[in-house]
Amino acid sequence: MKAGSNLEKVLSSGRFAATGELGPPKSADREVVRHKAGLLKGYVDAVNITDNQTAIVRMSSMTVGIMLLQLGLEPTMQMTCRDRNRLAIQSDLLGAAALGVKNLLCLTGDHQSFGNHPTARGVYDLDSMQLLTMVKAMRDERKFACGEEMDVEPHFFIGAAANPFADPFEYRPLRLAKKIAAGADFIQTQLIYNVPKFAEYMKRVRDLRLHEKCYILAGVGPIKSVGMARYMQKSVPGMDVPEEIVARLKGVPKEQRRQEGIKQCADIIRQIREIPGVAGVHIMAIEWEEAVAHLLELAGLLPRPQM
Amino acid sequence: MIKAEQKPIAEIMEMIAPYKKILILGCGTCVTVCFAGGEKEVGLLASSLRIASAATGQGKTFAEATVQRQCEWEFIDAVADQIKRVDAVLSLGCGIGVQALAERYPDEVILPGVNTTFLGMAVQPGVFEERCVACGDCILGQTAGICPIARCAKNLLNGPCGGSQNGKCEINPDLDCAWQLIYDRLARLGQLDRLATIMPPKDWSKDRDGGPRKIVREDLRL
Repeated sequence: MKAGSNLEKVLSSGRFAATGELGPPKSADREVVRHKAGLLKGYVDAVNITDNQTAIVRMSSMTVGIMLLQLGLEPTMQMTCRDRNRLAIQSDLLGAAALGVKNLLCLTGDHQSFGNHPTARGVYDLDSMQLLTMVKAMRDERKFACGEEMDVEPHFFIGAAANPFADPFEYRPLRLAKKIAAGADFIQTQLIYNVPKFAEYMKRVRDLRLHEKCYILAGVGPIKSVGMARYMQKSVPGMDVPEEIVARLKGVPKEQRRQEGIKQCADIIRQIREIPGVAGVHIMAIEWEEAVAHLLELAGLLPRPQM
Repeated sequence: MIKAEQKPIAEIMEMIAPYKKILILGCGTCVTVCFAGGEKEVGLLASSLRIASAATGQGKTFAEATVQRQCEWEFIDAVADQIKRVDAVLSLGCGIGVQALAERYPDEVILPGVNTTFLGMAVQPGVFEERCVACGDCILGQTAGICPIARCAKNLLNGPCGGSQNGKCEINPDLDCAWQLIYDRLARLGQLDRLATIMPPKDWSKDRDGGPRKIVREDLRL
């Protein structure tokens, strides 16, 4: 065990994992966190806490992660390279580990131009690959990025992101290999709507035997409306939303589209489960945490294992 | 070369508002090549400012001069008399030129007429692109001659992020993804295996993070 987190235990036991995501509030309102946590508690193995996602200022991922621990959920703290240099990242990681955070997702972060402070300076002292390397060295060698040793090391189950749909497509499995070499114990992918393309990606991943070296969680998420589907299809970089996904939502009356979106996502989960090498799903129900329990029920992923 | 763009006229007007006699001083090197602050642009700007000044009854006068390089003492010493005769100098040189003038003429007002934008080149007529950030520790030998520090929005050192699509950067569809360019060129060179190497965190102390930089070459000193 690297960190002994619930997520790590579920994955290492060979069970199909299901993780969720909680977007912190754009305010100091802890009730939002409590409410969203209540919607996820008991339905997922761990909950990602996004780190100023899309470069919009929100309650910090570390503090919300600690609030989740207090509420009895297991957080996966996200850490991006956009807002912090290597000093700040290491310092936050020491604190997070000391307070009981065990899962860490290492990301470069969405560019600041997408967010609500587009004139901010982006840090990018490290990239996600270097962040993974640094966290692994802190955990396994008790070393800071500068090479100095520490007395008590932070134990993290280290995660990284992968986008099977970004270009160059043929490079993406090799990039995954690089992230594993850098330190990733588990991977969460970009939202998958094009299952055949993801299956092709996974075939290449298996050819490199990468699924034997880390746990790959497929990113999925229900779509609420035709408008949201179109937006993701046209305007979100690195997203691949095939026309039939949009067509299925269009094919039902407007008042049934949310339900259809959940059903469609459950169908995608079932298809993904058939792909060898996929160790679980990561559900990104963006600002729609209410959908998660029903979705998992439909996908046949409840109850969650008690580790 | 250094690339620059002229500041908006309104900003220039506001800057020069307190002064009557103004010298517009061009530079014959980088800013001439990028059509931002050479002799021709000095003339055009002077005409615009004269018209604007006349229209608002400000009665300002604008003298014009261009030196070969504003970043070398000998060239800016040559315009000492012209500078002494005005209330302010509006430099169309880059930030280096403006500061050289300010240092050489401690009692004169020196104002910037251009925004110094980047180190780059004209990739086609009228289109200038950034190529170098002068990070002080060149890695082009490892990245197929394409700089991800200057040309990737997140200065990534270990391959394209998840936002690279159709060869373009996620922040701007007009911008090439530097890592797609690097990938394509490594493929041509038969060196794709280089992408497997994890490039360690960069030593930013050689960049501006180490403080303002200085080169001392003993062999060149008098």
